[in-house]
Amino acid sequence: MTILRVENVTKRFGGLVAVDDASLSVTPGSITGLIGPNGAGKTTLFTVISGFAAPTTGRVLFEERDITRVEAHERARMGIARTFQIVQPFATLSVVENIAVGAFLRHAARADALEEARRVAAEVGLTPMLDQPAKALTVAGRKRLELARALATGPRLLLLDEVLAGLNPSEIRDMIPVIRAIRARGVTILIVEHVMQAVMSLCDDIYVLAQGKLIAQGPPARIARDPHVVEAYLGHGAAQRLQAKAGQIGEAAHAERA
Amino acid sequence: MSARDLSTGFLPIVLVVALLALVPLFVTSNTILNFLVFTLIIALAAQGWNLLAGYGGQFSFGHAAFFGTGAYAAAILQVNLGVNAYVAFLVGIGLGALVGFVIGYLSFRSGLKGSYFALVTLAFAEVLRILANSAGFTGGAAGILIPLDVSAWNFQFESRGAYYWVALALVAAVLVLNRAIERARFGAQLVAVRENEAAARALGVDALSVKLKAIALSGAITAAAGGLYAQYFLYLDALIAYGPWISIEALLAPIVGGLGTVFGPLVGALALHGLSEASKLFVGEIPGIDLVIFGAVLILVVAFAPDGVMGVIGRVRRRLGGVSAKTSPASAAAPAPAPAPTREETPA
Ligand SMILES: Nc1ncnc2c1ncn2[C@@H]1O[C@H](COP(=O)(O)OP(=O)(O)O)[C@@H](O)[C@H]1O
Ligand SMILES: [Mg+2]
Repeated sequence: MTILRVENVTKRFGGLVAVDDASLSVTPGSITGLIGPNGAGKTTLFTVISGFAAPTTGRVLFEERDITRVEAHERARMGIARTFQIVQPFATLSVVENIAVGAFLRHAARADALEEARRVAAEVGLTPMLDQPAKALTVAGRKRLELARALATGPRLLLLDEVLAGLNPSEIRDMIPVIRAIRARGVTILIVEHVMQAVMSLCDDIYVLAQGKLIAQGPPARIARDPHVVEAYLGHGAAQRLQAKAGQIGEAAHAERA
Repeated sequence: MSARDLSTGFLPIVLVVALLALVPLFVTSNTILNFLVFTLIIALAAQGWNLLAGYGGQFSFGHAAFFGTGAYAAAILQVNLGVNAYVAFLVGIGLGALVGFVIGYLSFRSGLKGSYFALVTLAFAEVLRILANSAGFTGGAAGILIPLDVSAWNFQFESRGAYYWVALALVAAVLVLNRAIERARFGAQLVAVRENEAAARALGVDALSVKLKAIALSGAITAAAGGLYAQYFLYLDALIAYGPWISIEALLAPIVGGLGTVFGPLVGALALHGLSEASKLFVGEIPGIDLVIFGAVLILVVAFAPDGVMGVIGRVRRRLGGVSAKTSPASAAAPAPAPAPTREETPA
């Protein structure tokens, strides 16, 4: 059973093949990672999955239904929400109004949409900023707002594109439990992320994209050990560093649970 | 009632409209009433523009297309086909919505935005002007005259006060409609499309449908202004109905008054025309003086108060003691001042 299936998707921009015959599937209830060096095609693949661009060839299936030709807003209605790597706030609106736009998707009345927006704001830790204009938020605040808006649409599948990029280590530590909690209440997550500690500690399953091609798939421990991946992704000598990191995170996660 | 309701609720509308409704009881000067009726007609046309551009971020330079359609529908249906004036007025509103839908469908579906959209609307209005000027059933270059036949049944009134109340009632209805839209899902989605269309689509907003609804509604409102203009002045030609002057009036008032605010168009229209009338008292009738004033006011607003008079009022209130801010000050960039049009003398 899969919630999302990408079948042989290729996306060309003129002569450039941004995504090259990529296939992946996402298990319901999982946090699945999509990693790879800059320019690997991760955002482009998200763009195709969320309906903002059509693939040159290939198919996208959501809950076993072919949605390759379904428009972006329809996909949101079906239960696919995305965040943007480059945050796209409604700049002059307040935080709560930003989130309410998402909440209006499933709540016709303003009062209900605002209530849902406040609930979601609390979930991602934006409650103190509810009435601030979005443009007054810090980078960390804007990333949270991206997440909150997407979450307010009531998705079954959430696509997160580098929501941790630009955050400092303590902000990243704050966000990780938020993402876990979203999954814990049944939302499946596909996450693009450069912050390795986060990927290794969050994901059940990881796909690795390099130059448009999927080069590996597996649980974090295996991916971290896969010399192909490590060389392609981080360059020479990175394998050891990464394994050391994964070890630390494992210990930290244990400590957190205890 | 909380402070927030005071700035986002219906009470201010009731108060303002009630106050304005009293004016004809105290003002009997025909010149002043005439000025006020004309200003309310402009305000109504501007309310239509504000819905599409102020809230939806789709700047039109061609709202004359709607104004003229409403005006010609009112005149032609009465004069050529003997239709009742109110029916003609309503049909004009419907046609305004239809013209809006068609322009919207052709331009939004092909992804036109920003200045491209503005130029397309301008082109539509100009084409309609040229067609109206050459067609037979519009009266061509000679224009079209609605026969004077004063009776309430004909939508013609003895007193200017009656016209004033009709115009005010229409403006008031749109104020209420606007406020209701602000509080509805449609309003939230419209503003979201203005602020960031891609983000809106990602949140399930059907941007095309939202923009089409907005332009149809916008066209209907501005067409109502055109219909009312025809009933009041009883004469039209292509330059009055479809001329650039009304496209410019319709966009200037909200920009000066406050883009994407309920009161912006009304406040802007009153401020602009109030100033230009006042100037006549001081410098006399100099042809084109109103355009000079409009231009100067526009430059001042864009430079010093880009959120218009309503924005200034909001800031002053906040400074004076913190009545909470209104919901969504529009910050869409104002279009560059349009070149001064050659404007027909307003018949009066
Ligand atoms: N709209 C576009 N037009 C042309 N090239 C693009 C476009 N979007 C992305 N690309 C190119 O496709 C490649 C993959 O980009 P992207 O998907 O953003 O990578 P990633 O998110 O993995 O860093 C890059 O070489 C990028 O320059
Ligand atoms: Mg990217």
